[in-house]
Amino acid sequence: MSNNSAANSSLVLAQKAVKQLRLEASVRRIKVSQAAAELKAFCLQNAHKDPLLTGVPSSDNPFRPPKSCVLF
Amino acid sequence: MGEMEQLRKEAESLKDQITAARKAVQDTTLQEAAAGITVVGRVQLKTRKTLRGHLAKIYAMHWAVDANLCVSASQDGKLIVWDTITTNKVNAIPLKSSWVMTCAYAPSGNLVACGGLDNMCSIYNLKGKDGNVKVMRELAAHTGYLSCCRFLSDSEIITSSGDCTCVLWDIETGTQKTVFAGHQGDCMSLAVSPDFKFFISGACDFTAKLWDIREGVCRQTFGGHESDINAIGFFPNGNAVITGSDDATCKLYDLRADQELITYQDSSIMCGVTSLAPSLSGRLILAGYDDFNVNIWDSLKSERVGVLAGHDNRVSCIGVSADGMACCTGSWDSFLKIWN
Repeated sequence: MSNNSAANSSLVLAQKAVKQLRLEASVRRIKVSQAAAELKAFCLQNAHKDPLLTGVPSSDNPFRPPKSCVLF
Repeated sequence: MGEMEQLRKEAESLKDQITAARKAVQDTTLQEAAAGITVVGRVQLKTRKTLRGHLAKIYAMHWAVDANLCVSASQDGKLIVWDTITTNKVNAIPLKSSWVMTCAYAPSGNLVACGGLDNMCSIYNLKGKDGNVKVMRELAAHTGYLSCCRFLSDSEIITSSGDCTCVLWDIETGTQKTVFAGHQGDCMSLAVSPDFKFFISGACDFTAKLWDIREGVCRQTFGGHESDINAIGFFPNGNAVITGSDDATCKLYDLRADQELITYQDSSIMCGVTSLAPSLSGRLILAGYDDFNVNIWDSLKSERVGVLAGHDNRVSCIGVSADGMACCTGSWDSFLKIWN
C-alpha cells in the first residue's frame, strides 16, 4: 500500500516538474545585445542622479553638517 | 514505471531546450557591450554616522521609503527604528522571540515586520493611537525559519522561509493568499520588483526564481551559482536581478534575455556574500562579505572600485536609501554605519 502511494506522489512531483519546465521553456527571450545595451543606457542616463557615484558635496550632504567659519 | 521514465526524459529534454534557447540569443556578452565605457573611478565612501544601541549581532536592516528612517533587527531581541540623520532611536521594540533573522519597513512607513527562528512574521504598527508600538498580526504557517520579508503594501507582505517556500499574506486576516513552492532548498532572501508585479527569491538550491505575484507561478529559474544564494536584489530598472552567494561571487541575470550576463568575482575573495544593494543608477553594486568588508563593484565592467572597511565582524546586511544618498551597513559587531 505505502509503496503505491510513494510511487504516486513521485509521479505527481515529476508531472509538476515537467509542467514547470514547459512554462519556463516558453519564455520569450530578447537578444543579449539588446538587454546589455538597455542596462548600459540606464546606468549612463542615471549616472548624474546617483549620489554614491558622483559624490555628495558636504553642503548638500544631510549626513554631514557643513563646517562653518565663525568670525567674531 | 514507464510513465516515470517518460517524464524524466521529457524533463531532461526541456532543460536542454532551455539551455539551447538561452544560447541562441547570446549574440554578445555584457563585457563586450560595455567595452567602450571606462571603469568608474575609485569610490571612496566615508562613515558619516554610527548607530549604536544594539547589544548583539545585527541580522537585518531595511530603509523606509520616505525620510531618513530605517529599521534594524538584532538577536538582542529588539527592532530599532532609527533617524539616521540625528542617530536617535525613534522606536525600540522588544520582540517575543530574540531569534530574529529579518526585518522590513512598509512603503507607507506605518508598519514594520520581523521574523526568524520562531517561523512567524510579526507585524508591528508604528502609528498606533496611544503611541505604543504593538504587535498587530502574527503570520504563522511556515514550517521553517523566516529568512526574509517584504511589504507590498499595508495589507500584503511576502515572506521567504527555510521550509523552501515563499508566501504572500493578507495581513488583515492573517492568512496565506498564495504559496510559492518550487525551490528545493531553504529560501534565503527575496526582493520585490519596482512595479510590484514580481518578486525574486534566492535559495540554498543555488538558484534564483522569478515569481509572478498575482498568477502565483514561477516564470523563470536562474542557475550558475555553486553554493547557497544568500542575497538578492533587483537592478533599479526592474529588468535584471543581482544575486550574492556563499560561492564568493555575485551574478547579474537579465530577465528578458533569461540568462546570466556577468559574474562579479576576484581570486582574492574567498568568503561568502551575505548581502547586496545596487546604487540608484545600478552602476554600483555594494556587497557585504563574511570577511567584514563591503566590496563596491562597477556593475558594467565587473571590476572592484571600492571597499568599505569599518566593521569588526561580518557585514550581515546592507541597503541603499530610497534617494540613493547613503548606504547603510549592519554587522555582527552590533553597529550600523551610514556611508556616503
